[in-house]
Amino acid sequence: MRKRGLETVYRLAKEHPNVVYIGSDVGKGTLAQFQEEMPERFFVEGIAEAYVIGMAAGLAMSGKMPFVNTIATFLTRRCYDQIAVDVCLGNYDVRLYANGGGLVYAPLGPTHQSIDDIALMRALPNMTVFCPCDADEMERGIRASYDHKGPVYIRVARGGDPIVSKAEAGFAFGKALVFKQPGDLLLISTGITCQISLKVIEALAERGISAGLCHLPTVKPLDRDTLEPLLRQSRFVATVEEHSVIGGLGGAVAQLIAEGARHPAGKFKSIGIPDVFPQGYGRQENLLARYGLDVDSVTQTVTAWMEQT
Amino acid sequence: MNEFKARCKHLRREIMAMVAHARRGHIAPAFSLVEILAVLYDHIMRYNPADPTWPDRDRFILSKGHGCLAQYAVLADKGFFSRDLYPQFCAPDGILGGHPEEIVPGVEAPTGSLGHGLAIAVGFALAARMDQRDYRSFVVLGDGECGEGSVWEAAMAAAMHKLDNLIVLVDYNKYMSFGPVAEVCDVEPFADKWRAFGFAVAEADMTTDPLALKTILSDLPLTRGKPTAVICHTIKGYGVSYMHNNLAWHHKSRIEDAEIQDILDRLEQDHA
Repeated sequence: MRKRGLETVYRLAKEHPNVVYIGSDVGKGTLAQFQEEMPERFFVEGIAEAYVIGMAAGLAMSGKMPFVNTIATFLTRRCYDQIAVDVCLGNYDVRLYANGGGLVYAPLGPTHQSIDDIALMRALPNMTVFCPCDADEMERGIRASYDHKGPVYIRVARGGDPIVSKAEAGFAFGKALVFKQPGDLLLISTGITCQISLKVIEALAERGISAGLCHLPTVKPLDRDTLEPLLRQSRFVATVEEHSVIGGLGGAVAQLIAEGARHPAGKFKSIGIPDVFPQGYGRQENLLARYGLDVDSVTQTVTAWMEQT
Repeated sequence: MNEFKARCKHLRREIMAMVAHARRGHIAPAFSLVEILAVLYDHIMRYNPADPTWPDRDRFILSKGHGCLAQYAVLADKGFFSRDLYPQFCAPDGILGGHPEEIVPGVEAPTGSLGHGLAIAVGFALAARMDQRDYRSFVVLGDGECGEGSVWEAAMAAAMHKLDNLIVLVDYNKYMSFGPVAEVCDVEPFADKWRAFGFAVAEADMTTDPLALKTILSDLPLTRGKPTAVICHTIKGYGVSYMHNNLAWHHKSRIEDAEIQDILDRLEQDHA
């Protein structure tokens, strides 16, 4: 996904002379072809993220479309003021290419684990929060971003995720994708919890539970038009996200439900990382399992919850 | 020189005309930079008030956004907008905020959160180079603002990119909100710092010889291949002697009619 996203940035740059690439201190050889063919629009600015966001805003104010590529936590946490004031306030076309959304950087510890980025970015006016589930969706989103006015946060997953998105389903920021109509249960995903949820649905089917899936490539804008009827018809609704349970996908959907989009006997569960800094290292899968976000854990959690209710 | 002094006195009176409506504002931080803005807008920068987004205009960012009263006074004076907007300063439906935003004609970037302006100006300067345009980017920093690490991140980048189309002017009025810069967050050796960061550096005393700044900026860049920094020695609250370096005037609200009149009277005496 990461590679495909950057390749798409390269292709966009070939097509549009205002597309600019800015890296901080990313791996050597990243977009070497871009650098070779369009050196005047290729920047690697070093470990100075607050400056990089201001510089990107200055370029965007001058009609450029910069893609800023660095690690998610450094963008969202370190540069929050610059993103809010320099980029969002004036609604400028800066794209934040945020590597390691969620628990991707499990072995590198809490400094690199981006568990609050969706909450931080969706709180900012004008920001679009795009969390693709696979490389194809990433490519569609990056392409769509060229024609989108305003800033876009792009949450980049680890990569190698199975392709589940379909071209024929179409793509637009703010458009939810219903993979399967809900039965007893509606699961709502963003990013790679789409693939996890699809497997959970299979596992639940074996237990006689009929579950549907609504996948949100953009947590913001939230597709109320698609979500509200689904929320009204589903007795059980669970959000599944590789993010803190505070302020992310679960928070966004909970707000819709609280505002009235609910089944008369509706029950809601937000499945995500609890309000902690993840403990331990290992691989992404290890931490997903530790915090109840692997297929088995999610299946168990919703089964037990539905049985108790 | 007398003409220039009269000009600056006029701009300070305009500042007070806005304050008279809102009865609040960062008056002393605005007064300290009047001479800098008068030199830039009267003698150095290229712009068209009738077409504020003219592509070849020189860019200007007031990174110390709290000094915006001085910027508003100059922009109105040049015709970017009408003095009729003065009652809108800090008003509920106004566009002239306590910190400037792009909604104001002639304002390029929102400032107010300190430490942002130089990085944005680097983006402007790089865009000029990409587009092969010869506009310059001017940015005014506060001295206290230079405590922000992002200023120095941007400074390093400006030098690395050899942005000789970028000019930093520091309003070195020596005072922050709490007290003297030297006691709160000392920036000295200031000129040496900018030199060490790769800038061509000049200094100007804006109270004794303000037009020296005009001479300095008349032949830019100071050094080919280097960004320029001019340390402008100013006095906070300049123009009204009792406001000089007086912390009470960094920001003031609920300003009375009598205080405004007194400031206007003092401007006549002290500006002589």
